[in-house]
Amino acid sequence: MSLQVSTISDLGIVSTASERRSACLKALLEMRSPSLAVPPWLQAHRDLAATKAQTLSIPSSRDEDWRFTDLSALVSAQFLSNTSAPFSIDLSEIKSFLIPEATHRLVFINGLYCSGLSEVADLPRGLFVGNLSAALQIESVAAALQNHWARQPEREDVFTLLNTASFNDTAVVYVEKNQEIAAPVQLLFLSLDGAGAIAAHPRGLIVAEKNSSVAVIEEYASLGFENNLCNAVTEVWLHDNAQMNHTRVQRESHAAFHMGKTVVSQARSSRYTCNVLSIGAKLSRHNLEIYQTGEQTETHLNGLTMIAGEQVGDLHSAIALTAPHGTTRQLHKCIVDDRAHAIFNGKVFVPQAAQMTDAGQLNRNLLLSPKARVDTKPQLEIVADNVRCTHGATVSQLADDEVFYLQSRGIDAESAQKLLVYAFAFEIISQIPIASLQETLAQWARRSPLEQNT
Amino acid sequence: MPLWDHGLESTFSKVLAGHPAYEVTGGEVLYRGENLFDMEPEVRSRAGIFLAFQYPLEIPGVSNVDFLRVAYNSKRKHEGLEELDAFDFDDLVQQKLEVVKMKPEFLSRSVNEGFSGGEKKRNEILQMAMLEPKLAILDETDSGLDIDALRIVAGGVNELSQPDNATLLITHYQRLLDYIVPDFVHVMEGGRILTTGG
Repeated sequence: MSLQVSTISDLGIVSTASERRSACLKALLEMRSPSLAVPPWLQAHRDLAATKAQTLSIPSSRDEDWRFTDLSALVSAQFLSNTSAPFSIDLSEIKSFLIPEATHRLVFINGLYCSGLSEVADLPRGLFVGNLSAALQIESVAAALQNHWARQPEREDVFTLLNTASFNDTAVVYVEKNQEIAAPVQLLFLSLDGAGAIAAHPRGLIVAEKNSSVAVIEEYASLGFENNLCNAVTEVWLHDNAQMNHTRVQRESHAAFHMGKTVVSQARSSRYTCNVLSIGAKLSRHNLEIYQTGEQTETHLNGLTMIAGEQVGDLHSAIALTAPHGTTRQLHKCIVDDRAHAIFNGKVFVPQAAQMTDAGQLNRNLLLSPKARVDTKPQLEIVADNVRCTHGATVSQLADDEVFYLQSRGIDAESAQKLLVYAFAFEIISQIPIASLQETLAQWARRSPLEQNT
Repeated sequence: MPLWDHGLESTFSKVLAGHPAYEVTGGEVLYRGENLFDMEPEVRSRAGIFLAFQYPLEIPGVSNVDFLRVAYNSKRKHEGLEELDAFDFDDLVQQKLEVVKMKPEFLSRSVNEGFSGGEKKRNEILQMAMLEPKLAILDETDSGLDIDALRIVAGGVNELSQPDNATLLITHYQRLLDYIVPDFVHVMEGGRILTTGG
């Protein structure tokens, strides 16, 4: 009898929660501007995505992909449309985000392009950096847009559909074939609140044609203590023999929701390196998906999730190999303090065709408090028989021996711990090829006595 | 615990420095009138106890010079002195490099990261030179050293030896004693001193 009662009430709760999840998605979809000044093919992408998304809802923890990441706080939050909050931001207000090495940059606030804050003058030969309307004015770039925009696999994931249905603009980086671009390009996506929390859907498209190379810094940050939703999608295409170094930093306010997708297609002999740093947001989820579509392709992923307080930081990476002689290297680290919760799920698919694959994956986690939590799941699916695949995951606290070594040199236990945490983080931060950004993040990670003297 | 530690002298040295793996269940060690066991490891260090590790730790991402500066200034603060600024500190550390014949490039490298065995031991002596301990305990500092590194380390230890400080060398081998002549020798086995001579 009591069993029956509890079953009925459970069902009641489930149906309400599921209603709320689909209502949340519908409310977000209703905020989209119905039409943009874009070509019909692009408008068709938007409309199709909106139609598909109508039938879906925000995932629950019953979805395997969202098992450890509870979106109920997002579902119960209220958001306003990004176009409802006019803003006027001066260059001096975003100075601290600017990267001196990057001679060209695009700045978006709540997904809306800010031409006054961007720098697109004097582009070197073979490089285009600009927003959607600028890209559509140049024939070759417009053609590349049509061939690449929303053409990646896994575009039917609910947050990606929401972005495709709702985006206002696109940060476009296009590198012509045989061009090596010396200076990095910065894509800066800022969050700013209006009368309430804002939902924004920033979009990026990076295309590196044959034999080209480029470095891109993609950063998500908040101008204040915003509790916005940033639902970002960036698509990256590397054609034959192209090279790209991609640094993605998410340091939004600790009240924010960040849903991010980076999806990369790599053609034959291309080389892609991605440094992912996730240190902000109250709840962040980043899907990092790599598709090696050609032979002898190389992928290097370095990741750091460093969170504290009540933060939740989730990285889901997937590397799909499809051709022989592919190489992948992944090192993802999580540093989790207080009651924060990190999630790492790293998939690597090695089908029959991907013979002679050399894949390595390592996830290392450092828990700094008794309530800190990490869920890690390396997931290798290997069908090919002549491959070398390794994976590993470690979870540890700071070793007494290490702290003692520093204490024995007169450094107090707390400072010693900070220094060791910094050293753990630095292995990833040091991979960032841009000195000023590396220093900014190193200083942030340091928070230790070293700062006082420098 | 390493098997070769028959005499428990490594244990003894770690206990003196305050290693958290060891719990002191009884007794006291008086150091300049105070019980060492009442002090945190960092306080012991600032008060002048120095343990040179047999296996110094690697700290990637922390430069040697930053590490030395934080350690050095912790001690200055403890003594009620002002912290040295980067310039004065740099002058001081350059002098101390001479003691262990290390090149200035060592300072910008991460602490012990990728150092050879000999370089790690020299780095320990460099730290010792900076911190100027009253009681230095060198735990198997000679192990794994080639003859050149051994000479440099021994030379450093001799140079740092002053009438107002003491050095406790722990060794199993004669060869270090060819370069450092002790004032006293204690032979330890099973945690007890068997014999003492001067």
